[in-house]
Amino acid sequence: MTLEFANLDWDKLMTATYETFYMTLIALTGTFILGVLLGLLLYLTDKDGLWENKVINFITATIVNVFRAIPFIILILLLFPFTYFLIGTIRGPNAALPALIIGAAPFYGRLVEIALKEIDKGVIEAAQSMGASTRSIIFKVLLPESMPALISGITVTAIALIGYTAMAGAIGAGGLGSYAYYAGFQRRAFDIVFVCSVIIVLIVFIFQFIGDFISKKLDKR
Amino acid sequence: MISIQNVKKVFTLDKNLITAVDSLSLEIKEGEIFGVIGYSGAGKSTLVRLLNRLEEPTDGSIIIDGKEMTKLKGKNLRQARQEIGMIFQHFNLLWSRTTEENIAFPLEIAGVPKTERNKKVQELIDLVGLTGREKAYPSQLSGGQKQRVGIARALANDPKVLLCDEATSALDPETTNSILDLLVDINKKLGLTIILITHEMHVIRKICDRVAVMEKGNIVETGNVIDVFSNPEQPVTKKFVEQVMSNPDVEESVDNILEHVEKRGKVLRLHFIGTFANEALISEVSKKFPVDTSIIQGKITQTQNGILGTLIVQMVGNTTEIEKAINFIKEASVEVEVIRDDT
Repeated sequence: MTLEFANLDWDKLMTATYETFYMTLIALTGTFILGVLLGLLLYLTDKDGLWENKVINFITATIVNVFRAIPFIILILLLFPFTYFLIGTIRGPNAALPALIIGAAPFYGRLVEIALKEIDKGVIEAAQSMGASTRSIIFKVLLPESMPALISGITVTAIALIGYTAMAGAIGAGGLGSYAYYAGFQRRAFDIVFVCSVIIVLIVFIFQFIGDFISKKLDKR
Repeated sequence: MISIQNVKKVFTLDKNLITAVDSLSLEIKEGEIFGVIGYSGAGKSTLVRLLNRLEEPTDGSIIIDGKEMTKLKGKNLRQARQEIGMIFQHFNLLWSRTTEENIAFPLEIAGVPKTERNKKVQELIDLVGLTGREKAYPSQLSGGQKQRVGIARALANDPKVLLCDEATSALDPETTNSILDLLVDINKKLGLTIILITHEMHVIRKICDRVAVMEKGNIVETGNVIDVFSNPEQPVTKKFVEQVMSNPDVEESVDNILEHVEKRGKVLRLHFIGTFANEALISEVSKKFPVDTSIIQGKITQTQNGILGTLIVQMVGNTTEIEKAINFIKEASVEVEVIRDDT
């Protein structure tokens, strides 16, 4: 193994890093939206919830559990037809997005549900006593009051997503995972694998730092 | 103002039926401070939550300000709730909002435009005495200040009724008193009807006009605070009254005390029942009549409707002067009972 980075193509590395960021950020946005929706649905339809509904709660919980149970690498393969239908190709960073979002959103949905359950019931009751509609309760009580937990949850999810993008990369999605696997591992160019790993670790640190900072900033408790 | 008729609330807990409120009827007048007292589990908290339908009644009807709460649905119910303020034992403030944002919250719900909202918030902050703390978050406030925010928030939409669910139970005695003073103040200023749930008799004593005593989901005794205090009928009521009045051990020992009192003049028991008699009554008697008055024992307490309690005094002096003094006291509408006469 050489450590002079002789095999490293800086342009390709930059492109790969950009692709990883691109996939992570877009997937993260999608995951946040879908995850919050799933979490709200789980929370609101739960027993004693504002929309208590056993059937919807059961269906949502089942979908969440099934998608969380499928290993991500298999989920990508299973979603090939769906991806092709949606994106028109199964290669490249965009093609990775459906699988990334569908893989991460159920996980984040559970974190959202836990965050919502932490909210003091008395506060929701106070809002009801003021005549708040469910919509007002969601946007003015549930989401703002759980925001620090929602942010730390999305930070954890972001880090899982970075891992997922690397896996997706190994089967053709592009990004650092792809570069490390095809240009690095398969050609015995371990300097590429090493540099890609370092960059991924750095990206993880950046996300963790930003997440912790925002979460702390929002927490007025 | 508020009419509760045959209201019943049954909970199901592990397949057992629990009747929290059992066919309860009650009338509450406009502008009064009505207290409901009971031990925990008596159903008083459920009762107050039935009023704004935080709990759905199993049976019966509740009419508040001409609106039958029990028949309202959806938007109508939400609008009716805006006219009923509520404060809580644990304040239930939004920690993510500052004082002013918390107070603005019910106004946002009611759809009040921003400029009007800000004006109203400032008025309320001044009313509850939180000037200077507008930008503070609940975590930076003391318990008493948090409850003041709670009160301001409850008053934001100009409600006609204020429900207080153990509003002072989490506060220390001094803060409790200042919050109670504030409640009396807004009751007088705004003509608000206040329903107050508590397990502390001194809260009832201090601010309520009328009181209902609850036990096992029912009201066992109700009446003017002064009457209930001076003449409690039910055992629970007696227990509560003892919390703030002299206890029977002391009462029984009056004979013992009298043994040590020199046999001169007259020993009198003065009953203050809701009189607004001058607190300086005794010293006035001493000034006006050439008699020596010494206090032997007493327990006097202030209520919303005057002084309540008894005082045992010995009066020594000329018999006719003593009689004159007694008449003077009677004129101040204080009952006088001679318990020993050694003239």
